[in-house]
Amino acid sequence: MSDPGHPVDLSALAADDPNPHAGDPTVNTTATVTTRTPEAIQAGRIDPVERPRAVLGCTDVSVYYGDFRAVNEVTMDIGVHEITALIGPSGCGKSTVLRSLNRMNDLIPGTRVTGTISYHGQDIYAKDVDPIEVRRRIGMVFQKPNPFPKSIYDNVAYGPKVTGMKTSNMDDVVEESLRGAALWDEVKDKLKQSAYGLSGGQQQRLCIARTIAVKPEVILMDEPCSALDPIATARIEDLMMELKKDYTIVIVTHNMQQAARVADRTAFFTAEAAEGNGDRTGHLVEFDLTSKIFSNPGDNRTEDYISGRFG
Amino acid sequence: MTALTADRVGPPKPLATAAHGEKGLRSMAFLIALWLCLAFGILVLAVLLVTTFLDGRERMDSGLFTNYTSQIAPETAGARAAILGTAWVILTTALMAIPIGVAAASYLEEFASRTSRFARFVELNVQNLAAVPAIIYGMLAAAAAVAVGIPRNTVIAGGIALALLILPVVIVATREALRAVPQEIRQASLALGASPMQTLSRQTLPAAVPGIATGTILALSRAMGEAAPLLLLGGLVFVKFDPNGFLSGFTTMPIQIFDWAARSQVEFQQLAASASILLLVLVIVLNGLAIVIRNKYSAAR
Ligand SMILES: Nc1ncnc2c1ncn2[C@@H]1O[C@H](COP(=O)(O)OP(=O)(O)OP(=O)(O)O)[C@@H](O)[C@H]1O
Ligand SMILES: [Mg+2]
Repeated sequence: MSDPGHPVDLSALAADDPNPHAGDPTVNTTATVTTRTPEAIQAGRIDPVERPRAVLGCTDVSVYYGDFRAVNEVTMDIGVHEITALIGPSGCGKSTVLRSLNRMNDLIPGTRVTGTISYHGQDIYAKDVDPIEVRRRIGMVFQKPNPFPKSIYDNVAYGPKVTGMKTSNMDDVVEESLRGAALWDEVKDKLKQSAYGLSGGQQQRLCIARTIAVKPEVILMDEPCSALDPIATARIEDLMMELKKDYTIVIVTHNMQQAARVADRTAFFTAEAAEGNGDRTGHLVEFDLTSKIFSNPGDNRTEDYISGRFG
Repeated sequence: MTALTADRVGPPKPLATAAHGEKGLRSMAFLIALWLCLAFGILVLAVLLVTTFLDGRERMDSGLFTNYTSQIAPETAGARAAILGTAWVILTTALMAIPIGVAAASYLEEFASRTSRFARFVELNVQNLAAVPAIIYGMLAAAAAVAVGIPRNTVIAGGIALALLILPVVIVATREALRAVPQEIRQASLALGASPMQTLSRQTLPAAVPGIATGTILALSRAMGEAAPLLLLGGLVFVKFDPNGFLSGFTTMPIQIFDWAARSQVEFQQLAASASILLLVLVIVLNGLAIVIRNKYSAAR
């Protein structure tokens, strides 16, 4: 479904290209990996050899809310067709990092990002980049299911409509997206009914369907299962494993088992009080293959956290 | 667990009885006082309604709707020109106040940054507008009409005066309706790659329509009963033709009632009462409509 070789020129596509996916599949970049700092590689946060091609690369990313530095100098790559989990205690800046990956934090007044976040090597915070275009490529699913107060059909069709996607048949797009989110069989007879009539788990899958309808390359999920029961959670996890074939997924979770089950790589964040003032600034402690993080973490704080000793 | 139960000796202490229940003497006295105030208000209103109805009863006929007013033959006079004039002026008011009010509110709520000087300036002006006495708007509209070279006793000038009058109400109602739209809806829309403008026009505003409609209808029904600003436009009391456009002369029901009530003949007094009843019914219908809209959408939520 999703084409791994998206064109990289975000600004050119901003207004006039209604179909950002009709790109040359050979346009492709591995540039981000070469821009890593040696210190980062040494610290084990970047694996220079085993890395799959990076879709998103963060280099020394700090995020500020006004004067408050919420996250300090995060450097990590998001590999294509991988699920990357962000874990860590509350308030360590996981959501902040996630929101900065598709410029959703632009909507919070006073937010500032330093360092670079690149999408296929292109800085998404560059002046000529249209944040709207960034969000079309990098979709987001929120913690609380947030369907529009419209019918199920209209919820899914909304994205393709507003982004001006050229679709021969909207019904097909809706069906394909709902199938992609493993929701089709449950709702195919009530597409015209309000999305509010669905259960929480169904609503969350509808939100995922709505997101994949615009065919993004990356899907960001901020604690997508925290409002759901274990069965609905299991369904979403299955769905993520399925979606991974076509999409790159970044997920924030407080559920260690969930990270261990679904994620290929896991980033552990924590927040520590800075020397000067009492502000707790979040930072990346360790980023590695999930199996390594959970079996043989390189940092004591990671081990303490995943074994439940703090956070 | 065992430690917890071991500590408990005997049955639990009974819950304390309420010291400030409805039975207290002072609260009873207060309640009675409240009821008396309420009864007084309702009584005055009822007397007013009943006497108006009794006075106007005889003239509540088709003549009220079909006849023009008359100086010499009060027994055949009617409120035709005033009814049509009210319709025209309120339509003009709505056409001006709703787009401007909704646009201003959308700008203030959805686009302006909280620190923007311009936004604060607009906000201050909205508050000032709300505090201006109604009659000043009549002067303003008259001056505006003269400035652009149209007669001041026209539908458009009346519309401007009333639109200015209700603009702050429309803006406040729209802002509140927009504020009540959950932030998640905007986030969801933007995260799908919709522009802020698309988000406003396709999600936020439609979700706010019930609130906007309720506030606007209430404002329009208030404008419908307003006479002061229109009286300033002058020469409106004796109209014997149907208004037929924005530049047409007009009169409205409150002005017609004002004129009739000031005359000495009993017939005119009766006419004034029957036209008052009609105006009252119109206002009640509009307010009812606003309530219906509000209930319908709040139930759907
Ligand atoms: N909109 C905001 N304005 C100001 N500060 C914020 C804002 N959002 C988050 N913060 C601050 O940034 C820091 C990181 O918050 P963030 O929401 O990213 O944490 P988190 O890791 O997602 O926590 P949780 O697990 O509880 O969701 C916190 O100290 C928080 O107070
Ligand atoms: Mg969070």
